[in-house]
Amino acid sequence: MPKVIYVSSAGDAREVEVPSGTTIMAAAVKNGIDEIVAECGGVCMCSTCHVFVDQAFFDKLPRANDTEEAVLEIAAEERQPTSRLSCQIKVTDELSGIVVRLPSRQR
Amino acid sequence: MPPGVVIIGTGQAGFQAAASLRTEGYQETITLIGEESHIPYQRPPLSKGFPLGTQDVDAIELRPRAFYRDHRIELITSAKAVAIERAEKQVKLASGARLPYRTLVLAVGARNRKLLVRGAELDGVLYLRSLEEAVVVRDRLKDAREIVVIGGGFIGLEIAAAAATLGKSVTVLEALPRLMSRVVAPAISEFFCNLHTSHGVKVVCGCAVSEIAGSGGKVQGVSLKDGTTSPADLVIVGVGVVPNVELAQGAGLRVANGVAVGENLRTEDENVFAIGDCAEHPCIFAGSRVRLESVQNAADQGQFVAAAIVGRLAAYNALPWFWTDQFEIKLQMAGISHGHDRTAIRGSTKDKKLSVFYFKGNQLLAIDSINRPLDHIVGRRVIAGRVPLTPEQAADESVDLKKLELAFRQQSGSSIH
Repeated sequence: MPKVIYVSSAGDAREVEVPSGTTIMAAAVKNGIDEIVAECGGVCMCSTCHVFVDQAFFDKLPRANDTEEAVLEIAAEERQPTSRLSCQIKVTDELSGIVVRLPSRQR
Repeated sequence: MPPGVVIIGTGQAGFQAAASLRTEGYQETITLIGEESHIPYQRPPLSKGFPLGTQDVDAIELRPRAFYRDHRIELITSAKAVAIERAEKQVKLASGARLPYRTLVLAVGARNRKLLVRGAELDGVLYLRSLEEAVVVRDRLKDAREIVVIGGGFIGLEIAAAAATLGKSVTVLEALPRLMSRVVAPAISEFFCNLHTSHGVKVVCGCAVSEIAGSGGKVQGVSLKDGTTSPADLVIVGVGVVPNVELAQGAGLRVANGVAVGENLRTEDENVFAIGDCAEHPCIFAGSRVRLESVQNAADQGQFVAAAIVGRLAAYNALPWFWTDQFEIKLQMAGISHGHDRTAIRGSTKDKKLSVFYFKGNQLLAIDSINRPLDHIVGRRVIAGRVPLTPEQAADESVDLKKLELAFRQQSGSSIH
């Protein structure tokens, strides 16, 4: 199974194995990554699953749609060039090992 | 162990209150108790992805079971609270057991308003609010051919869209002259009426149901007062909800259109709060007392009540927002449009990209957006920050809302989120 590495704002890394097709948000919720709040359940209405994707993996991702781009504007921790909503990123074998850093706050 | 917080209700508000108490550093006991048999789950997918089969039970749980153990939240499901004994500061359960509390949070939600017509008890007349009900709807949709949805509000239209997507013949019956009329402007109602019609849904507005017809105990159709009948082998009723106020009422707490709370979401008993769908609270954005049924309201009030219990926050003032997904369209709503006297439209129905701005005088109250997500997101800040915007500016595409809002924020030195 592909792996996702979540790095807390303090720098602690947690590696999670995720069934292919699962979103990075859903995998976090299932695996006790509490920094992902996921208030709206993954429909791009809140920004509480915001992550910073490591550049090498960011470049492999399909681009964010307009709705995601808009929502990133209201992220509690200000967006950066590699900001994404983790509910919009599905893990695939190609993305195995993807590293996402977690903001210090989501609300 | 001395009693801590007891939260009644395992919906989104109750869950969020429990989770946020731990985030706030609350160290005492937390008991989350509710009538439903399932661990806390998201309700919005029940009328969207769940009936379509794109989301299953596992996908809609708010957190896995281990979360509650890991955060020392005692989760008690399938347990009904029957009384609040305020003098003793304890909750009486149907089992006769008592749960002592220091602080009590009522997150008891609402229940479906029942249709009071002949035939409403027939087999095949379904409601949709709980996971249990959603499982029945999903399973019975499989073999149904003709579906009549009674109620053209969010839930009715979402389930109508899901049923039509599954290839069913669908009729929506709405009593008022247009769809979702209590909350959206005519342009939005018309857009969604056309959307449903284009997907083969028959939409009938301004009609009155006289009875549900059946044979051998099974539903066969819905009869209207004008004498017409829509055949149906499944009827789904979405005619609103009523707040669960009985526990509060029985405990002598003030009840209006919900359990009455102040700006700090407390009832008149300083040890008892009410949040979410059941709570009627003063809303600065509505300029009145409101009771809101939404994920945003449940989650924000859950988070607020946790902060209030630890003494960090004193007044709830989150901007309400909502959404509905029907077919390929998401309607995003910011603010409370009730009481508006003027609207301005940006974009057009023809392009399927439009926002309706609702004003009372020159005060922007709310924005509804279709395929204009930045209007919605920036709009939240514009409304919450009371950024000056005239109806003329709202209707003028050349006015960049993002720049306008940013300039106002920098000028006033405020940081609004």
